[in-house]
Amino acid sequence: MTQSHIATTTKQVSLGTTLRAIAAHRVVWPLAALALIFLIDFLISPNFFSIRVVEGRLFGSVIDVFYRAVPTAMVALGMAVVIGTKGIDLSVGSIIAIGGAVITWRIHAGDPHILILFWALGVGLLCGVWNGFLVAVLDIQPIIATLILMVSGRGIGLMINLLYGGTNPSYTSALLQGISTGHIAFIPTRLLVFLLVFFVLWALLRRTALGMFLESVGGNAKAAYLTGINARLIIFSAYIICGLTAASAGVILSADTHTSDPVSIGLNIELDAILAVVIGGGSLSGGRIYLGMTILGALVIQALTTSILTSGLPPEYNLVVKAFVVMVVLLLQSSNFRNLALSILARRKR
Amino acid sequence: MAEAVTARIEMVGVSKAFPGVRALENADLRLIGGEVHALMGENGAGKSTLIKVMTGALRRDEGEIRLDGQTVEINTPGQARALGIGTVYQEVNLVATMSVTKNLTLGRQPTKFGMISWRAARDVARKRLQRLKIDIDIERPLGSYSVAIQQLIAIARALEDDTRVLVLDEPTASLDAHETALLFQIVRDLKARGIAIVFITHFIDQVYQIADRISVLRNGRLVGTAPIGEMPPLKLISLMIGRELGQTGLRLVGDAPPSDAPVMLEAEGLGRKLIMQPFDLKLRSGEVVGLSGLLGSGRTEVAKLVFGAVKPDAGKLQVGGLPMAGHSPGRSIRAGIGFCPEDRKAEGAFGELSVRENIVMALQSKRGWLRLLSRGEQEKLADEMIATLAISTPDAEKPVGQLSGGNQQKVILARSLVSGPRVLILDEPTRGIDVGAHAEIVSLIRKLCGQGLALLVASSELDELVAVSDRVAVLRDRHKIGEISGADITRDNVIHMIAGTQS
Repeated sequence: MTQSHIATTTKQVSLGTTLRAIAAHRVVWPLAALALIFLIDFLISPNFFSIRVVEGRLFGSVIDVFYRAVPTAMVALGMAVVIGTKGIDLSVGSIIAIGGAVITWRIHAGDPHILILFWALGVGLLCGVWNGFLVAVLDIQPIIATLILMVSGRGIGLMINLLYGGTNPSYTSALLQGISTGHIAFIPTRLLVFLLVFFVLWALLRRTALGMFLESVGGNAKAAYLTGINARLIIFSAYIICGLTAASAGVILSADTHTSDPVSIGLNIELDAILAVVIGGGSLSGGRIYLGMTILGALVIQALTTSILTSGLPPEYNLVVKAFVVMVVLLLQSSNFRNLALSILARRKR
Repeated sequence: MAEAVTARIEMVGVSKAFPGVRALENADLRLIGGEVHALMGENGAGKSTLIKVMTGALRRDEGEIRLDGQTVEINTPGQARALGIGTVYQEVNLVATMSVTKNLTLGRQPTKFGMISWRAARDVARKRLQRLKIDIDIERPLGSYSVAIQQLIAIARALEDDTRVLVLDEPTASLDAHETALLFQIVRDLKARGIAIVFITHFIDQVYQIADRISVLRNGRLVGTAPIGEMPPLKLISLMIGRELGQTGLRLVGDAPPSDAPVMLEAEGLGRKLIMQPFDLKLRSGEVVGLSGLLGSGRTEVAKLVFGAVKPDAGKLQVGGLPMAGHSPGRSIRAGIGFCPEDRKAEGAFGELSVRENIVMALQSKRGWLRLLSRGEQEKLADEMIATLAISTPDAEKPVGQLSGGNQQKVILARSLVSGPRVLILDEPTRGIDVGAHAEIVSLIRKLCGQGLALLVASSELDELVAVSDRVAVLRDRHKIGEISGADITRDNVIHMIAGTQS
């Protein structure tokens, strides 16, 4: 009898530990949050999941969530890399603004539109080099170093507008509009562009040792140095990557409005990107880069925004509801909070 | 004899454990009023922990504290202060930008109608400084004074009218000779008032200038206590780093490598100002060279200079017969030098990364970022090392931060072994490791040397050095003072060389 008793308790313990392990796995809570948001959307509007083809392109609320999440997710990928090195990049919105201004300027100057893409990436590269120089070479704290470009970037965008005398110059470009709002074989082009960016970045981080080096520098810079890793160069590369992903998002956002509007383009996108990284399980104390999870984080944020808008709630509620859901996800990810909650539950049972 | 006097403060059977480490095991300390008591011991011997227990900064797990014969409870710094125990910590923890007055009254400002009375505060500050006969402008910011004066102000802050015990933790660490003399003058005054003073330092000569009694801690235990006259430097040093003199150390050394074995590493006049005087060092294939000396003698500095973690400003270094063009950990690793740092948590482990990633990191950095080791190769290396070093982890994917200290240490050792070094530098390889793991690491060291590796081991455990070394380089005050080799390597010989007395 005692033996069977022991057997059942060990079984219970193992079940309990499995449940705990599942609860602690980083993919669970963001995924659960996304599923819950979609479920509520489905209950509110039963045709939430319906997908139809309009003008040769997929349409539907779910597609819309993915579609709109692309710029934030793209910025968040670069942000995840920077945060993995224990840094942060506040200037991504400004990089987008400068990128948009340069795109408009070069189109007005009559450059071939394919060249415009390189201009945009060049802006991202240059901004990344600037941030990387401040952080990696001059050892300025990342939050301050990138604040400089965050503050000045939108002003630089406005000054670029003045180069050809426009205050809010617009443009038309079949290529850029194609990337932003077009579609290839029913699929929105921007989703394909995003997949390309994701794949290139994933290969760069995980098919070379760069990802490991980035994480080692973020986790313990001194140990990384003693392991022979060139910490400065690695941190430098993180800001360049972040500049490039921000500039790529800038191409899409700029083509959306086909105008150079440095004051409002990509406003507050740095905050959504940081949130996406954190919801995806990234820690601001560095040491880990989760690219896939970051996309999930961006989807949670966008799904929330979209569902608040489609649910009929006044848009004024948007920010507060968003903050609430983000808080719940972060609480569930905190092991301290989970242990507290479990101990309270256990006491109730007794 | 001393037992006849009631101790001012007495700590009996104090134990304190931290996760993975027993910092204090049944340690005792007896302080007598009107005496300066030197508390000695190497890094990690438990001095700081013992003092923190006495001053309420840490709670003891076991043991008793008696003040003037009465058992007392000290669980918070506030309780300790109320009982008349004052402390001056190693780092001056005052606010440099605030005035001397504010620093001296911070947290206990005299008030009038609920507001701070600065007039009264200045009176208090002046009174406090008068106790030490210091006359300075109390309105100037603390930071405008020299470190010595700041140190004295810190003492003034710790000292109350009813102070019975005063703890000075490394008060002379950043003082020059003249400043030290000034401090000692004040310490003697305090002593004359019947205060029991604990003096922690790693300067042996200062102990003999000021202390009346010495207690030595090693591995969390009190290993000796005696009046100064009964504890000459030789005995003190042997208590700190080894067992009693005269005991013969067990030598585990196998066949010494032939003297014509190829030279793997050669340093000539390598040094850096203020860090380490230029030194020569030669490591042959298959040889274990120990670095011995007291805390602060330059053991870690020699290791780091050779590895390039501290850049030398003088001298030359050859590895495998080729001169090093520059000095950096990256260059050293590529040239075939492996290094295990002393402070594993701060300088070794990548806590978030897995055991596998931690183990392959040095090899990967040697290969460069483009030539990624395949997942299969990484797993193979990690599994091999987990088996060889008996690292206890459920699998290679567990984050290293979740392993115990000893196992983290093995992971870092594994990292430098995997990078395929010709020369391996180990700084305190067995600190904080349990006995079983210790034996594994020592036997592994021997085995590697049998395969032609040259090894440089810096250690505060003299027995360990005597047991494994083919040659011991002895350091004192950041100076290499000599080498002992072969059969002459005994505990006594090393201690005599450190103490500067010939046997």
